[in-house]
Amino acid sequence: MPAYDQPIIMPAGDLAVVVEYGDEIDPEINAIVHRAVAAIERADIDGVVEVAPTYRSALVYYDPFQITFNDVAAALRDLSLDSDKAGDTRRIVEIPTLYGGDYGPDLPFVASNAGMSEREVARIHSGTDYLVYAMGFSPGFPYLGGLDPRLDTPRLKSPRTSTPAGSVGIAETQTGVYPVASPGGWQLIGRTPLRLFDAESESPAVIHPGDRVRFVPIDGETAFEEISRRVEDGSYVIRTRSAR
Amino acid sequence: MSGQMLEVIQPGLLTTVQDLGRWGYQGYGVPVCGALDPVSLRIGNILVGNHESLAGLEMTGVGPTLRFTEDAVVAVTGADLGPRIDSKPIPSWESLRVPSGSTLSFGGPLDGLRAYLAVAGGIDVPPVMGSRSTDLKSGFGGLNGRAIQAGDKLPIGQSSLAENWSPKSLPAAISRQPTYGQTFEIRVVMGPQDRMFTKTGIAVLLTSEYTVSTDSDRTGCRLEGPPVGHVRGPDIVSDGSALGSIQVPGSGAPIILLADRGTTGGYTKVATVISPDIGLLAQAMPGAKVRFAAVSVEEAHEILREQEDMIREIKAAVGLDMTGAISVKSEGAEVSVQDAERRPITASGVRASKTISRTVSATVDGQQYEFEIEVGSA
Repeated sequence: MPAYDQPIIMPAGDLAVVVEYGDEIDPEINAIVHRAVAAIERADIDGVVEVAPTYRSALVYYDPFQITFNDVAAALRDLSLDSDKAGDTRRIVEIPTLYGGDYGPDLPFVASNAGMSEREVARIHSGTDYLVYAMGFSPGFPYLGGLDPRLDTPRLKSPRTSTPAGSVGIAETQTGVYPVASPGGWQLIGRTPLRLFDAESESPAVIHPGDRVRFVPIDGETAFEEISRRVEDGSYVIRTRSAR
Repeated sequence: MSGQMLEVIQPGLLTTVQDLGRWGYQGYGVPVCGALDPVSLRIGNILVGNHESLAGLEMTGVGPTLRFTEDAVVAVTGADLGPRIDSKPIPSWESLRVPSGSTLSFGGPLDGLRAYLAVAGGIDVPPVMGSRSTDLKSGFGGLNGRAIQAGDKLPIGQSSLAENWSPKSLPAAISRQPTYGQTFEIRVVMGPQDRMFTKTGIAVLLTSEYTVSTDSDRTGCRLEGPPVGHVRGPDIVSDGSALGSIQVPGSGAPIILLADRGTTGGYTKVATVISPDIGLLAQAMPGAKVRFAAVSVEEAHEILREQEDMIREIKAAVGLDMTGAISVKSEGAEVSVQDAERRPITASGVRASKTISRTVSATVDGQQYEFEIEVGSA
């Protein structure tokens, strides 16, 4: 079932509403969510204070001293999403990634599970633009969609107590990258030297909801260390392209 | 930095730097955090002449022992954890001057769970993404992203209080010295996913008494009691988690999501605690009883309005009410507002037939100011 004909608007307490466009993980529904978020930001509705997109909905916080629930609901219902699809021109953020070895200790398992070579896993994994459906779980963590089904891999039987920041992993049908070190049960296939979340930075998250992400293989440890150094001294420029 | 410091002698059970939260980044997966009982922190700040959004300390259950290295103005609000200065009990919900070298300690929890210490000038740790709140899970904000420890020195900001500023207590009409007790009546707005629960499940939620579990923390208030039944299971495609969301996993035991909640979650949410009752809930200790009552969104807004009126009344009583302190109206004439050095604050060509001059006194952040207002031809 695709997106709803009309969004469903539900109160989430006295300071927020949920505007829901569907109830599946689906790129079409998610595209509507990101279009809606862009439209809400453009509309600059007095009293709307924060908008957080998810897979299939947005949580919209408002100030009830500036706008009533009914007026927020009406404004969200009346958003025009079709006339302007300019918001669908999305960035592709390139994430340089060193596959395998110490940086991707579970690559051999993922490869044998898929019945292919490690090199083939890296080739398939880095051959797709992944959609950033939403962010959550931890600061800067992107929920990515579009993993090749051949790379589906069960989670680790016992989760690691710490997964290094920048780890690129697979868990069942999902792939993702850990912005900060955290415990986790994902199969780690590689690591990026980029710092994807930096609380001290003016724009703390490199990846944004609605972006696409492309993992670009790094050729060896020396190249990884070189990028790492440039990230550290601030001279590394993250490559982005725009996609229709 | 050579400013005032607050030395931590004992950290208490869980003492963190918190302000009103890190708003604006939930879309990037960044939790809001902030004081679990924001109204108590706001009132504490007002009582010490601070802007209400400055950071204070949230102290849980067993309070810390802190030493002031210079004279300070402080207020303790929220739970009664038995505050003392140099071992002598002090009242909560009013500000007091403490001399340099004094020690603030706490005898033990008497009523409620979370107390707040507001200090004139605020706890002046560097803001991270616009907030000084501690994010314990991600490890940033507050003091190095963690609870305070013995030996820490907490910087205190510059206070604008005048020498002759006198400590404040709550206006007589407002008895904010609450008794939290062991039974909490919490009001909720139904939804967002109330349709995914059985009629019986919702009736159970609204008529049963729940007990606050010992697993509760800053992320969620976990409840034990009769299970709230789902129509078709507890899982949804994850969506946003608002403050106060009551999520119900498969066990049927409700969890109320608080300030440190993750930004998204995949469990159905039957109802949402209204924002004016969040601070009350934050005072419920493990073992306390919680009952829910449903209100409409409009009723919740009315309750919120009453709460904000009460806060405004406190501000007015302690001389922080800026509303209407300076009002400049002009018809026909344009107006120039200048600072003490005659630099225009807002200016445009002034044309008026005569010059009118007025001196107005107003209290700003606890300090008395004389404003000279002059309207006339340039």
